[in-house]
Amino acid sequence: MITFFQQIINGLSVGSIFALVALGYTMVYGIIKLINFAHGDIYMLGAYVGFFCATSLGLSFFPTLLIAMIVCMFTGVLIEKIAYKPLRHASRITSLITAIGVSLFLEYVMMYFMGPTVRTYPADFFPKQMFEFAGLQISNHQIMIFMTSIILMIALQLIVKKTKIGKAMRAVSTDPDAAELMGINVNNTISFTFAIGSALAGAAGVMIGMYYNSIDPLMGMIPGLKAFIAAVFGGIGIIPGAMIGGEAIGILETLASGYGFSMIKDAIVYLILIIVLIIKPSGLLGKNVKEKV
Amino acid sequence: MKSQFTKRNLIWTIVVVVIFSLLQIAITTGLFSGTWQVTLMTVGINIILALGLNLIIGFTGQFSLGHAGFMSIGAYSTAIMLAKMPNLGGLFAGMALGAVITAIVALIVAIPTLRLKGDYLAIATLGFSEVIRIAIQNMDITGGAAGLSNIPKLTTFPMVFIFIVISVLVVHNFIRSSHGRACISVREDEIASESMGVNTTKYKTLAFVIGAILASFAGSLYASYFYVLKPTTFGFMKSIDILVIVVFGGMGSLSGSILAAIVLGLINLFLQSYAEIRMILYALAIIIIMVYRPQGLFGNKEITDFLPKKWRKAKEVK
Repeated sequence: MITFFQQIINGLSVGSIFALVALGYTMVYGIIKLINFAHGDIYMLGAYVGFFCATSLGLSFFPTLLIAMIVCMFTGVLIEKIAYKPLRHASRITSLITAIGVSLFLEYVMMYFMGPTVRTYPADFFPKQMFEFAGLQISNHQIMIFMTSIILMIALQLIVKKTKIGKAMRAVSTDPDAAELMGINVNNTISFTFAIGSALAGAAGVMIGMYYNSIDPLMGMIPGLKAFIAAVFGGIGIIPGAMIGGEAIGILETLASGYGFSMIKDAIVYLILIIVLIIKPSGLLGKNVKEKV
Repeated sequence: MKSQFTKRNLIWTIVVVVIFSLLQIAITTGLFSGTWQVTLMTVGINIILALGLNLIIGFTGQFSLGHAGFMSIGAYSTAIMLAKMPNLGGLFAGMALGAVITAIVALIVAIPTLRLKGDYLAIATLGFSEVIRIAIQNMDITGGAAGLSNIPKLTTFPMVFIFIVISVLVVHNFIRSSHGRACISVREDEIASESMGVNTTKYKTLAFVIGAILASFAGSLYASYFYVLKPTTFGFMKSIDILVIVVFGGMGSLSGSILAAIVLGLINLFLQSYAEIRMILYALAIIIIMVYRPQGLFGNKEITDFLPKKWRKAKEVK
């Protein structure tokens, strides 16, 4: 029983990271109906920027987090302007393939500059301390990841619900043409969405680097895919859905690992996706939208 | 039934035989060295894969990212069969077994996923392909994560060429038949097609299964030529490789897929020495093609559409 709760605690940390990446996916999908395959690689970029800050610049956690978020923010906006904006009115397959191209580009550029070998975060980046609590072990890493994620997600909710730009984001998600007619600058809104999503992914990258210690150029592919599955699970385009989906997938995966299925834990997550798509394609929090002819 | 010995068929047969003879002579006289031969076989196998995927994506409009999974089923079935019967009979038995298993798996994959659209279909097929890969990685009979090696090398160029011809014939004739028309109508507008009485589920599944079986054949040929199989070879990247060939050639153009497979095979060969730059250029090429020429090389035309009008008379319906 204790193991079960321990796995839940472990799962919450991993889940928070999935949630942060899933938020980026869901926001971008909500606003331009594009699955940004390159999002996982922004997360990888964040991890590498964090690595650079931690090793070459010797910075501590919070400055590293901030710098990684800012760099990823700019990269995300740049990608949108160069690769996605020209294809805004093209078919879905075209945009999807372009996204795959951008993803490969980021991975191989990083491989070219940093080499394919695994890099590790310095051990003193965030000294690990374990806490005992009712027989369960929690490390300060896990607490930090969870708290940072919660704070970022609350900040996101505030931006989306309480600010003008948030309102613009919601308007463009609902109907881009009507939003434009109402005087909303759709291009800027989309860029802003990419910026926030990428910043969150960058933060997730730094935290995963700190938690698991090792990073490599292809680390973004599988977590990116799982984060997308989490976003679909919770309801694509719905922000609380991404948070719930991320935590759920994180916990499910950790439970699978904990109970001896770690070889097929990825397969379990994919199967969850397939089951969700068959039973409730709009996700946990989604509503079924009828297709008009 | 109309006679098959029309002038057009005769001309095509001669063209095919000439191409085959030229390539075969080049191989036997040693004009094509080792690396060129490997490239030729790789291109040949890629052509079969691309034709199958083009049927699914280009002609029926179903965006499948799971082609590598079917290839791996064919490859592993053949390898296991060849371990028991290391001769040509084993190879063909393996191919047949691979085709049967692939067809069953493709049906299992198709039924839940083909009701999805666009992006979701892509992710679902990707998910299934990864599940197949992980399943193979965890089975003892397939050698687990280490894979299988020392597979008898029985695939020859004539064999690959014959399978290319078969694939082209199958896909081309399928497309020009009423079933093919149904598939194209599904691609154009699924709802309108359904309203016209076309059983869209049946045709989507049919195209999917045919494409998968072709991939399985390609996988079998791959296994017996490259004689080592690892589960990681048949991952997401392989599906992307084939997808790029199909998109580059033009979704909906068979000659486009063939030409694209050849061109990309040659580019890969020439950039071999610049391994890291190659992948970056590859990625850039994908982005540039999609932004500036998303219809690919041939769009949805075939190479015969570029011939002068008088040579095309036989195609028109009298």
